[in-house]
Amino acid sequence: MSEDKHQHIVPYRLYVIVLVALLALTFASIGITSIELGEFTVAAALIFAVLKSILVLTYFMHLKYDKPYIKLMVAFVFAIFVVVIVITFLDYLYRV
Amino acid sequence: MHTTDAVNGANYLTYQGKYKGLLGWIFSTDHKRIGLLYLYSIATMFATGVLLGLAMKFELLAPGKTIMDAQTYNATFTVHGVIMIFMVVVPGLPAVFGNLMLPIMIGAKDVAFPKLNLLSWWLYLTGVVLVLCALLFGSGSPDTGWTFYAPYSFKTGTNLLPAVFGAFVLGFSSILTGLNFLVTIHRLRCPGMKWSKLPLFVWTLYGTAWIQLLATPVVGITLVLVALERLFGVGVFDPALGGDPVLYQHLFWIYSHPAVYIMILPAMGAISEIIPTFSQKHIFGYKAIIASTLAIAFVGYLVWGHHMFTAGMSGTAQYYFSLLTFIVAIPSAIKVFNWISTMYKGSINIQTPFYWAVSFIFVFMVGGLSGLVLGSLATDIYVHDTAFVVAHFHYIVFGGTGFAFFAAMHYWFPKIFGRMYDKAWANIGWLVFTIGFLALYSPMFYLGMMGMPRRYYDYLEEFHGGNILSTIGSWVLVTGFVIIVVNLVRSARKGEPAEVNPWHSRTLEWTVPSPPPVLNFEKEPVIGEKDGPYNYE
Repeated sequence: MSEDKHQHIVPYRLYVIVLVALLALTFASIGITSIELGEFTVAAALIFAVLKSILVLTYFMHLKYDKPYIKLMVAFVFAIFVVVIVITFLDYLYRV
Repeated sequence: MHTTDAVNGANYLTYQGKYKGLLGWIFSTDHKRIGLLYLYSIATMFATGVLLGLAMKFELLAPGKTIMDAQTYNATFTVHGVIMIFMVVVPGLPAVFGNLMLPIMIGAKDVAFPKLNLLSWWLYLTGVVLVLCALLFGSGSPDTGWTFYAPYSFKTGTNLLPAVFGAFVLGFSSILTGLNFLVTIHRLRCPGMKWSKLPLFVWTLYGTAWIQLLATPVVGITLVLVALERLFGVGVFDPALGGDPVLYQHLFWIYSHPAVYIMILPAMGAISEIIPTFSQKHIFGYKAIIASTLAIAFVGYLVWGHHMFTAGMSGTAQYYFSLLTFIVAIPSAIKVFNWISTMYKGSINIQTPFYWAVSFIFVFMVGGLSGLVLGSLATDIYVHDTAFVVAHFHYIVFGGTGFAFFAAMHYWFPKIFGRMYDKAWANIGWLVFTIGFLALYSPMFYLGMMGMPRRYYDYLEEFHGGNILSTIGSWVLVTGFVIIVVNLVRSARKGEPAEVNPWHSRTLEWTVPSPPPVLNFEKEPVIGEKDGPYNYE
């Protein structure tokens, strides 16, 4: 196995900052449920979830340091996910 | 890790590693041995599924009760479906021939994660045991159909949970195999094996692996929700609690339609290997086949709603799903044209794998074209939930995957076992099996058009003739199956020793001894600029 020339060392400080950010977002997502947002309740929860996912993917899963084609593959997966959700809502939004 | 000289000389069938006997097989991380473990497991489950199918056809030999009551019939078609879908056709070609051939075809020693590969097989086995528990213990076998539709799936009193959990575990096995193949194809290709030089079977495994990875988790989550609904009444799918049963169908088919492509893509890949070999001609439209493979994988992911046209979905969604269903037919047809064009002016060498391959094209075309009847909104209303659907489905899934599986089995058999089968008996087996298949499923098109519903143990007198023909067809098909199995099992032990390349093929697996050595290649192969998997001219 050839040595990985693109090895990188992420400082602990960065991991701790991301961890704190994740915890803060988690508490924020719980806190926001005490506010009556009506039809935006689900959207608010999803926004927090998306932000947390981006942090995990970028730093904990090292996507920031990966080659572009790996980033493209992950982006493709999320694009498919979005398309599937949109198509499913073609049913729910137009159901009589 | 095998490094000794003894390993280099031994073939994978006889090599004694850390463990001996049976343990040497069930704890082996050699991709070829794992492929054979899958072959034996899947063949056993296939035989079980066939027996259940045979029992169903026997019940339908005459109107009214013949050999079983309605409840037993419901359980029989459910278990038949669960076994055939989750344990046979989904893992079928990728797990057996993907494991056996993929690393050799790309010039690698093994898959990227050999231990994970073994874990996949163990998970498969665990899933099988769980489903069999649902069959044998508790309050009766599941009777929901293999789709576990809500709300009946959490209302039935039968022993459903082990079957649902079994399907969940089988899904994990499938995901891990897909992940392993994706990384293997990306990382372990030998020097010179560019993407543009990959054999088409490898390309189809690549497309399949993406679907396995992306679609299977959806059904896993869905089945967990069914279990939660059953145990705690959480109300996601139960209309009495504000849930939506149609949401279950969405989630289930988001996986289960792409699952059809998990089944059919590697089947198309195997056919794309066999036809140029037995035509001794470069595959026609190599890049078009790759593009159509990826297009099927992608578009096939977005057409799931055509299973739900009569379930109460919105009209807008119905139009959308119908349109995309018609679009997905295009890349499938491209492949058929490419196969036929490959044969045109080729030096056709008619052997058993070629018989299976051309009959695959025939049954796949009938299945595909009848699918357009179901993909069209107006005609679907007329034939939905009739025997027509059963005929279409079996022409595609059994005709497509099954015929391609037997084609691949007869094609790679000499490489896998190092022995050649009796060709005359193999041809007889193909002929009897094909006649049985046509007699079994063709009458169902007619019966469905005349209005015979599916999933009933009884029918009106006017449907008797078609059902008699269909049941006799099932007997002929099983006779053909027995001939094939006996011939192959006997030949694996006592057949004539096979040559390295009996079919004069150009892909890498035919350059290694039959059966292959433990590490596949003595020296890592290097693919030259002018080399290619289909360079026959």
